[in-house]
Amino acid sequence: MHKYILRRLLLLIPVMLGVAFIVFTMMYFTPGDPAAIMLGEAASEHDVERLREEMGLDRPFIVQFSTYIKNLVVHQDIGRSYQSKKPVVTAILERFPTTLKLAALGVLVAVLLGIPTGIISATKQYSIFDSASMVAALLGVSMPNFWQGLMSIIVFSVWLGWLPSSGFSTPMHMILPALTIGTSSAAIITRMTRSSMLEVIRQDYIRTARAKGQKEFIVITRHALKNALIPVLTVVGLQFGYLLGGAVLTETIFSIPGVGRLMVDAIKQRDFPIVQGGVLFLAITFSFMNLLIDILYAFVDPRIKSQYK
Amino acid sequence: MNKQGQKRGPWREVWRRLKQNKAAMVGLAIILILVFSAIFADFIAPYGYDDQDLKARLQGPSMQHFLGTDNFGRDILSRIIYGSRVSLQVGFIAVGIAIAVGGTLGAISGYYGKRLDNVIMRLMDVLLAIPGILLAISIVAALGSGLQNVMIAVGIGSIPGYARIVRSSVLTIREQEFIEAARAVGASDFRIITKHIIPNALAPIIVQSTLGVAGAILSAAGLSFIGLGFQPPTPEWGAMLSTGRNFIRDHWHMTAFPGLAIMITIFGLNLLGDGLRDALDPRLKN
Amino acid sequence: MDKNKKMLSINNLSIHYITEEGTVAAVQDMNLEVAEGETLGLVGETGAGKTTTALGIMRLIPEPPGKIVQGEIVFQGKNLLDMTTEQMREIRGNKISMIFQDPMTSLNPVIPVGEQIAEVIILHQNVNAREALERAAEMLEKVGIPPERIKEYPHQFSGGMRQRVVIAIALACNPKLLIADEPTTALDVTIQAQVLKLMNNLKKEFNTSMIMITHDLGVVAEVCDKVAIMYAGNVIEYTDKKSLFTEPRHPYTLGLFGSIPSIEDDEERLNPIKGLMPDPTNIPSGCPFHPRCPKVMEICSEKVPKDTEVSKGHFVKCLLYEE
Repeated sequence: MHKYILRRLLLLIPVMLGVAFIVFTMMYFTPGDPAAIMLGEAASEHDVERLREEMGLDRPFIVQFSTYIKNLVVHQDIGRSYQSKKPVVTAILERFPTTLKLAALGVLVAVLLGIPTGIISATKQYSIFDSASMVAALLGVSMPNFWQGLMSIIVFSVWLGWLPSSGFSTPMHMILPALTIGTSSAAIITRMTRSSMLEVIRQDYIRTARAKGQKEFIVITRHALKNALIPVLTVVGLQFGYLLGGAVLTETIFSIPGVGRLMVDAIKQRDFPIVQGGVLFLAITFSFMNLLIDILYAFVDPRIKSQYK
Repeated sequence: MNKQGQKRGPWREVWRRLKQNKAAMVGLAIILILVFSAIFADFIAPYGYDDQDLKARLQGPSMQHFLGTDNFGRDILSRIIYGSRVSLQVGFIAVGIAIAVGGTLGAISGYYGKRLDNVIMRLMDVLLAIPGILLAISIVAALGSGLQNVMIAVGIGSIPGYARIVRSSVLTIREQEFIEAARAVGASDFRIITKHIIPNALAPIIVQSTLGVAGAILSAAGLSFIGLGFQPPTPEWGAMLSTGRNFIRDHWHMTAFPGLAIMITIFGLNLLGDGLRDALDPRLKN
Repeated sequence: MDKNKKMLSINNLSIHYITEEGTVAAVQDMNLEVAEGETLGLVGETGAGKTTTALGIMRLIPEPPGKIVQGEIVFQGKNLLDMTTEQMREIRGNKISMIFQDPMTSLNPVIPVGEQIAEVIILHQNVNAREALERAAEMLEKVGIPPERIKEYPHQFSGGMRQRVVIAIALACNPKLLIADEPTTALDVTIQAQVLKLMNNLKKEFNTSMIMITHDLGVVAEVCDKVAIMYAGNVIEYTDKKSLFTEPRHPYTLGLFGSIPSIEDDEERLNPIKGLMPDPTNIPSGCPFHPRCPKVMEICSEKVPKDTEVSKGHFVKCLLYEE
C-alpha cells in the first residue's frame, strides 16, 4: 500500500510540471510587458528596460521556464503581485483557507443531499419521490450556479431578509454560498448514486442477503450501499475539483475573500502572476484531492487493495 | 461501397427509440425553438438588441416589454432572443473545436499506441488536472476577451474528454476483424481511421457533445459573468446577468430572466443528451 | 422415502410476471410435494419457470412485475403466502435456504466470506458476533475450505470454492429445506462432481429436504428421489426417479431423453426436440407443447391438459393419457 501511494505521488510530478508549463506559457504569451505594468505609465523606457533585465524577461523562453520551475521547487516562489508587490504564494495562502472551506462546505451539502436522495430514489424506483427528485436533479444540473446565487440573494436577502447577501464570517453567512456552490454537485451525486444503486440492487449478492432473511434496511445499507458508493466516491472527488473552480464565481457573487475572488480582481488589474499562481495552486490541490480519493478507494474496495499489496 | 444503405437501419432504430422518450422530445423541442429564434431573431424580437429607450429604463415586465427593460431601457426579451445566437454559437463551436482536436488526438493515440499514446494521454492528464473553468479563465486572461477567444478557451478544456472516448473506442475496435479485413485489402491508416473507426465511435461522441454544448454554454456565461467574456453591447446572457447584479436590490427581473434562459437551454440539452444516451445504448437504461 | 412427514407442498400455485409486453405465466397451476429428507428434482429448459418456483417459495419474487396469482405453498403445515414479511424473514436462511446458480456473483465482493456466513448465523441464532464467526469457521471447514481463510474476500476464491462458501451460508442454520438453483451449472465439470457430492453428504448429515433445480438429467439420476419436469410454466410430468427413467410418459420427457447421447445404444444421431421454447408472452393455446410435439392430436391446440395419474404417484399433463 505504501508503495502504491509513493508511486502515485511520483506520477503526480510530471503532471504538476505539465500544469506549471501550461500556466507559464500562457503568462509568457500574454500581451503586455510585465515590467511596464509593474512600473506604471510614468516610468521611463530606460527604467523599464532595466527592470526587464533584472527580472530575466529578456532571456529565452526555455531559460525563463527553468528559472520559474527552480524558484517554484526550491523557494516555493512563483513571483510577486504586480499590484501589492506581495509574493504570490503569500497572497494565495492568505486566501486559501476560505476557498477550501467554501469548497468543503459545498461538497458536504452535495454529499448530504445527494447520497440519501439517490438511495431513496433507487429503492423506490418509479415512485413519485423518484420522479420528483430526478426532475429536481436535472434542474440542479442545468441551473448556472452564479444565477442560483443571485436568485437566492434576491429571495432570502432582499425579499425575506433572512440571510446576509455577502461575506463569509459566520455560519449564517455561509448558508447561501454553500448551497450555491453545492447544488449542482448535489444533483450530479444524486444521479450517480441512484444509477449505481439501481445497478447494485439487481446483483445476485443482494438476493443472497435477502435469502438469508436479512432486513431490507440492512440489505440496502450494509450490502448494497458499500458497493454502490465505490463509483460515487470518484464523482465526489471530481466534484471537489469543480467546486474549487466554481469558487471563482461564488466568491464573486457573495464577495467572499477567497482565492477565486483574488484571481478575478487580479484579472481586472492585469496582475497576471496572481492569476497564474491561483490556477497552479488550485490545480495542485485538485490533483492531491484525486490522489486521496484513489487511496480511499483501496480501503473501500478489497479487490483494488489486494492488487496493490 | 454503399455504406449509407447499411447505416440507415441502426440510426432509424435510434430515432425510433428516441421518439418514444417524452423527456428527450421536450429537450429536442426546446433546442429547436432556440435554434429557430437564433436564426430568425431579426423577425421575432420585438425590439433591436441595442435599441435604447432612456425614458423607459429599468421597467418591470409589462405589455410593452414582456420581460421588462434594463438600465439603458433596452428590451430584455429581445436581448435574450439575440443572446441565443451568441450562446448557441459558443456552445456548438467550442464543442466542435474540442471534438476536432480531441478526436484527432484520441484516434492517433489509440491507433498508433506506444510512445505517442503515452505522450498524448499524459498531456490530457495535465489538462484534466486543471478544473475547467479555471483553465478557461486563464486562457481568456492570456488571449483577451471576445467571442473567438471564449470559444477557444472553453473548447480546450473539453478536449481530454473526447480524446479519451475516441481512444477507447479505437482500442476496442482496432482489434476487430473488419479492421483486419480493411488492412488486408490495403486501406491506408487515414482511411481506416476516418471510414471505420470514427463512425464506430460516433455514439458516445454524440452523447458527450450534447452534454458538452450545455457545459460550454454554462462556462461561457460564467466567463462573461466575471467580466471575461463579451463586451457590451453584445447581448450575452452571462453578461446580462452581470449587469443585472448591479440592480439586484430593486430590479430582480434583470437578473431572473437571462438566467432562466440559460437554465432552460441547458435543461433542454441535458434532457436530449440523457435521451440520446438511452436510445444509443439501450443496455445502459435502467 | 418417508412419505409420512410432509415438509413442503405446493398447491395450485400460479405466478405471473406482468410487463409492458404482456403477461408471462411463469408458473401455472403447480402441484408438488417434498417429504422430510427427500430430494425433488425440478427439471426443464431455461425459462421453464424453475427459478421462479424457487423464488416463489422464498417469497423473493420481485413485485412488481411478479405476482403470485393463486395457490398456496405449505411449509411445515403453514401457508408461506399468508405470512408477514417479518415471519418470512424468520424462515429465510433459517428453515428454508437457497443456493444460487452463479457463485461468482452471489457473494458480496466487499465483505469477507466469514462475515457473510456469520451474518446468517447472527440473524437466526442467539449468538454474539464472535461466536458466530467461530461457527462460520466450522462451517468453512465442513465444506472443505481451510478455516484460516475466513477473513478473505470472495475474489480471492475460485468458482468452486465460492460455491462451497455459498453452501456453507445455506447450511449454516441447519435448514429443513434447501433449494439449490442449478448449483453446479457455472462450475467446471470436475468441480461439479465434488460440489454435488459435498451437497449430498451434508444433506444426509443434516437430514435436509432438498429441491434440486437443474436442466441436467445426469444430476437428477445422481441426487434426486422424485422429479418434476417443467415446460413453459407447467409441471408436465411428476413422478419418482425410477419410473421417470424406466417409463417416461410425456412426449416432452421422451424428447429430453432422446437428446442425451447414449453410450450403450449405437444410435446414428441424437434426436433433439424440434422447434424452440415458445415466446413466454405468447404461449400456444391448449397444451403449450403441442406445436413441437411429435404425437400432436387435433384436440391438443384447443384443450388444456390436466394432471392425469397414469400409475400410482406418476402424474402426466398430456391429452394422450386423459380419458
